[in-house]
Amino acid sequence: MNKPIDPTLLAGTVSPARARWQREYQSDIGEDRDVHNVSGIPIQPLYTADDRAASGNDETLGYPGQPDYTRGIYATMHRGRTWTQRQLVGLGTPADYNERLLGLLDRGATAVSLIPCNSVYRGYDMDSVEPELLGTCGVVVNNADHMDRCLAGVDVDEISCAMNDPSPFTLFAFMLVAAERRGIDWNRITGTSNQSDYLSHYVANHMFYRLSLPGARRVLMDHIAWCRQHAPRWNPMSVVGQHTQQAGATPAEAMAFTLSTAVQNAEDCIGRGMNPDEILPRFTFFFDISLSFFEEIAKFRAGRRIWARLAKERLGAKDERSWRFKFHAQTSGVDLTRQQPLNNIARVTAQAMAGIFGGLQSLHTDAYDEAYATPSEAGARIAVATQNILREEAHLTDVIDPLGGSFYVESLTDQMEEKIVAIMKTIDDAGGMYKAVEAGLVQRMIGASAMRFQRKVEAGEQVVVGVNKYQADDDFANRPPVERPDAAAMQRHLDEFKAAKAARSSTVVGKALDDLTRAAESKDGNVFGAVVDGARAGLTNEEICTRLRRDLGFGQPLIVV
Amino acid sequence: MTTLDFRPRVLVTKIGLDGHDRGSRIVAAACRDAGMEVIYTPPWQSIPAVVKLAQEEDVDVVGISSLATDHLIVPKLMAALREAGLANVRVVVGGIVPDNEEKLLLESGVREVFHPGSTMDDITTRMREYACEARKAGAAAEEKT
Repeated sequence: MNKPIDPTLLAGTVSPARARWQREYQSDIGEDRDVHNVSGIPIQPLYTADDRAASGNDETLGYPGQPDYTRGIYATMHRGRTWTQRQLVGLGTPADYNERLLGLLDRGATAVSLIPCNSVYRGYDMDSVEPELLGTCGVVVNNADHMDRCLAGVDVDEISCAMNDPSPFTLFAFMLVAAERRGIDWNRITGTSNQSDYLSHYVANHMFYRLSLPGARRVLMDHIAWCRQHAPRWNPMSVVGQHTQQAGATPAEAMAFTLSTAVQNAEDCIGRGMNPDEILPRFTFFFDISLSFFEEIAKFRAGRRIWARLAKERLGAKDERSWRFKFHAQTSGVDLTRQQPLNNIARVTAQAMAGIFGGLQSLHTDAYDEAYATPSEAGARIAVATQNILREEAHLTDVIDPLGGSFYVESLTDQMEEKIVAIMKTIDDAGGMYKAVEAGLVQRMIGASAMRFQRKVEAGEQVVVGVNKYQADDDFANRPPVERPDAAAMQRHLDEFKAAKAARSSTVVGKALDDLTRAAESKDGNVFGAVVDGARAGLTNEEICTRLRRDLGFGQPLIVV
Repeated sequence: MTTLDFRPRVLVTKIGLDGHDRGSRIVAAACRDAGMEVIYTPPWQSIPAVVKLAQEEDVDVVGISSLATDHLIVPKLMAALREAGLANVRVVVGGIVPDNEEKLLLESGVREVFHPGSTMDDITTRMREYACEARKAGAAAEEKT
């Protein structure tokens, strides 16, 4: 169907050149495609100064480092300090993890990220799960000794460490204890309780099993309050849009859910008497970068300025540091294909570029082999190299916000902003993010979007190279057999763990557990503080999680199909 | 597509430790839309729980979604199903399964592994075929006894 003729053309206000283009476009294109981005915004064939002016939003562009930060949160952006290269790593035993981590740091990674085994995520120790699954998706860290081994040779007071660690943040507690044993002042520790956002876990990642919704809400507040006092450079709050987008939310939905979650958590903190300017500078965000290139760039630019306004106007923050939208992003694993897997290197490159142009502060690039295996050493190395190439060979960091002022990007940023704000209104109308999640509203929206995308792929409307178009029999992939963690080494790790547990004083363990209960039962107690004390006393991940599940309730999934 | 004189009963579930359920939810909805009777569970089912459910719900096919190595315990599930006298029930796995481990799954009795990029049409067509197989195998087993 041809697009209707632009009314300005009829009004006679159009230049002869534009009129000619419009005429030629319409006659040459024939049946024009109906193009929408994933978030449902119609995409025109051409954007001009008129589109930008029509949005009436020109003054929002401004300068980097100045509100509303459309062009970036710092005056220097990537020209000054490039993004942090933070590769998510986790596998096997603590010794395995340590070896891989030191290798990555040698090759250019500039920060630590630790992903635990799914057993740890679920709140179990290694002696209560199927041995086949140990260490296959992350490192098996069950106590402070294990964390100390993971980080051997790593200067935890010099390098930023992200602990992928949902409530009750046992990994961070283990890390604090490991630092303390090395004589490191907690005031020097930097990094993030990555994915500390219990709402996104509950909705999309289902890692909430650890605690009930109200329990997780309480522990997050305690965590934020505790960190402010004892580890002031640590970011206790990482609000996550990555889970929801990987689960199927559109880029606009994922941004809206994330901002609504940030508002919920900030308002919860303020409700507990915290000052917004004491907590918001330590809020960070974590997003997915899909292959919808311009849509992702616009998503980040729009999100950045919406947050600045929310922080200032709705949350009452006065300090500019509270308004800055600091985010880590990860290239989308869902977009990667098992077929012709080397193509994934091109996909990751395009995704990473979108994130960089979107103004990210920290980046994880996926390994090309993720669609069929836990990333191999070779895959992980290429992922790091991709970042190095974009930064140092392609010179993407020379100019700040290089797409700023593009008629298309600016117009799309405006439209994404409008869409995101509208979705946030739906969440607000449902009583805020906590209530919307409790009622299953967010889960239903995500499910519908996931289904819509799947249908587009199956109808061939969304091309996936090598899957629904350009298939090939020989995909040139070298798929070496995937090796799982060495069973004998894992068995030794298990034996040592059991022995260490048995060697503890039962009085000390019992007291630490009772202290957890006391903190959970008292309104003024700080549960996270008790988790740190417990970690110091030798409590394990499962002991801490089990006790808090008993005291604060166990999360059950809300299933919406 | 084969015409069936019965409504296939399928259990779509996840065992082990991972909670990523985008795939299992989409497959469950596709099976339902294709006219099957779908029993859907949250993630993290134990092997005994899946066996019990398969028995009680009298399912023809069990679909296990695995995105994060949980397929490594599927051979244990196969053994448990056989032990419970459910050898006729067909089991399929969908998700991220490396080639070398796919071989192990098939050897343990898994009927098929669906990889990323499989279409819903493909999956539902195969599920119906496996449901037919399961019914025939069940009937044959009953005749013997």
